[in-house]
Amino acid sequence: MATLHTRSSARLMLTPSVILLLCWMIVPLAMTLYFSFLRYNLLMPGTEEWIGFLNYQFFVEDPAFWASLINTLLLVGGTLLITVVGGTFLAILLDQPFFGQGIVRLLVIAPFFVMPTVSALVWKNMLMHPVNGLFAWVARAFGAQPVDWLAEVPLLSVTIIVSWAWLPFATLIILTALQSLDQDQKEAAEMDGAGIFSIFWHITLPHLARALTVVVLIETIFLLSVFAEIFVTTNGGPGTESTNLTYLIYMQALLFYDAGAASAGGVIAIILANIVAIFLIRMIGKNLEA
Amino acid sequence: MGSITLEAVTKSFGGVKVIPGVDLEINDGEFVVFVGPSGCGKSTLLRLIAGLEDVTSGRILIDGQDATGMPPARRKLSMVFQSYALYPHMSVYKNIAFPLKMAGMDPAKIKEKVEGAAGILNLTDYLDRRPGQLSGGQRQRVAIGRAIVREPSAFLFDEPLSNLDAALRVNMRLEISELQKSLGTTSIYVTHDQIEAMTMADKIVVLNAGRIEQVGSPLDLYHKPANLFVAGFIGSPKMNLVEGEAARSRGATTMGIRPEHLTLSKTEGEWQGRVGVAEHLGSDTFLHVHVQGIEAPLTTRVPGNVEVSHGDTVFLTPDPARTYLFGPDGQAL
Repeated sequence: MATLHTRSSARLMLTPSVILLLCWMIVPLAMTLYFSFLRYNLLMPGTEEWIGFLNYQFFVEDPAFWASLINTLLLVGGTLLITVVGGTFLAILLDQPFFGQGIVRLLVIAPFFVMPTVSALVWKNMLMHPVNGLFAWVARAFGAQPVDWLAEVPLLSVTIIVSWAWLPFATLIILTALQSLDQDQKEAAEMDGAGIFSIFWHITLPHLARALTVVVLIETIFLLSVFAEIFVTTNGGPGTESTNLTYLIYMQALLFYDAGAASAGGVIAIILANIVAIFLIRMIGKNLEA
Repeated sequence: MGSITLEAVTKSFGGVKVIPGVDLEINDGEFVVFVGPSGCGKSTLLRLIAGLEDVTSGRILIDGQDATGMPPARRKLSMVFQSYALYPHMSVYKNIAFPLKMAGMDPAKIKEKVEGAAGILNLTDYLDRRPGQLSGGQRQRVAIGRAIVREPSAFLFDEPLSNLDAALRVNMRLEISELQKSLGTTSIYVTHDQIEAMTMADKIVVLNAGRIEQVGSPLDLYHKPANLFVAGFIGSPKMNLVEGEAARSRGATTMGIRPEHLTLSKTEGEWQGRVGVAEHLGSDTFLHVHVQGIEAPLTTRVPGNVEVSHGDTVFLTPDPARTYLFGPDGQAL
């Protein structure tokens, strides 16, 4: 009954929620933009004044900015690599029939439900700790010098912790895609003389393209703003070795109390996220078309 | 070359014996049709020959060589699936070229072969399309193209026409028969449709519950059915199977008479009955006649058009030379 009348009354009833959502988005964005042009330091109240692009200049000229930008991209890229490759591998394993399939699948999903702070604490104190950690114990069992993960390879450590949490997500999505692959196609390829690697490369992987695209896009959105894992484990250090853009903004705002520079950083992060999004859509977005 | 021999082949899934034991000889160049009702194990038998399932016991010989444990690719058979199983992300060209590419053939030779196959199958204009952009009949042809480029020792067809509409099915039936005759390649064709079996086969294998009921040429099965199952399965409309007094008087438990071998009369005959549904096809008329003492209505086929209507009384007489008699075990006498 899509008459003119029902359509206009539908619009009328939608309006409150649309307005609410719009305010929810526009007000913080507008305030961030406004603050980013102010000298606004929480330690010097009452001295706010318009300073144009000075905050942006200050933020970009900070040597930590470029380091954190590269760290952000490395963290996102590394985690994507581990989760997509590892997720595909795990999904193929889980797709095989074996005893206890249900319980194993349930356990594989579990890390995704662990809070980032909790998982970071567990990794920091029980696995990567140079004295008490499991990895150190294993290294000593082989007579090797234990690695102080968070001090020696901080960014890699954070990448591993984040990957651990996101691997189940990738596995789950890829597993469902695998299960929708027509068995006849695999059998046809088998009769056509394709071995297991050829079947994977020519039949399975093209079938997974869409699922992999979804995994990459969703993970990128969340990984650009990784914070808890860094805050709990390395605090961005040593130096700026594991500082990403999100953590740098946090430092500006809540360690240096410079709300203006932090807002400018926030705006830069938004722009960066959009650049990444444009590249991603260009590269892999065509997979989403039917 | 493409002779296939099955020796005491059995197949069980878990504890269920799907194929309790099959011996079969398929000669080079023959068009063999496996026919039977759904669930009779005909597709399983085909998959055993293809190597997509492992036999539980028994041997499969292809060209005299034991192929029982061979992987599917090395059996040199190609298969056309019911769902066609085309690769959706590849163009028609790449679909047809796939088996050759897997065999590591030279690209120039692949091109020549694919274009040759496309020419035979009228696919030349569609080589750049994806399977999703083709009609059902064209997809079917791509699947056949993919099967013929390898020049296999035998083709396996798994109900290839069941996804097509009726008119197209008749066309494709002819095309497949024509292609098989011109290539002279051994073919095994699985269907539940006895008309496809009768029209295409050199040799029909009638299967029921995993057992072979009868093997023979289409007309053999039509004229000399070995048992009740084959008699009821082959022929359209179905053979009338009459039990009771009429059969006993001829010394049998069951008597079979085909609809085309019953003579209709309005005045006299062996059985008196009342006309039920009359199907007028123009060329023939099928009458379903209810006869006292015979449970199922007798179907009779009368050439041309006869003016009878629902409720009329008619007489039917079986042609004594063309009745089939079956004993208490269901075997022909």
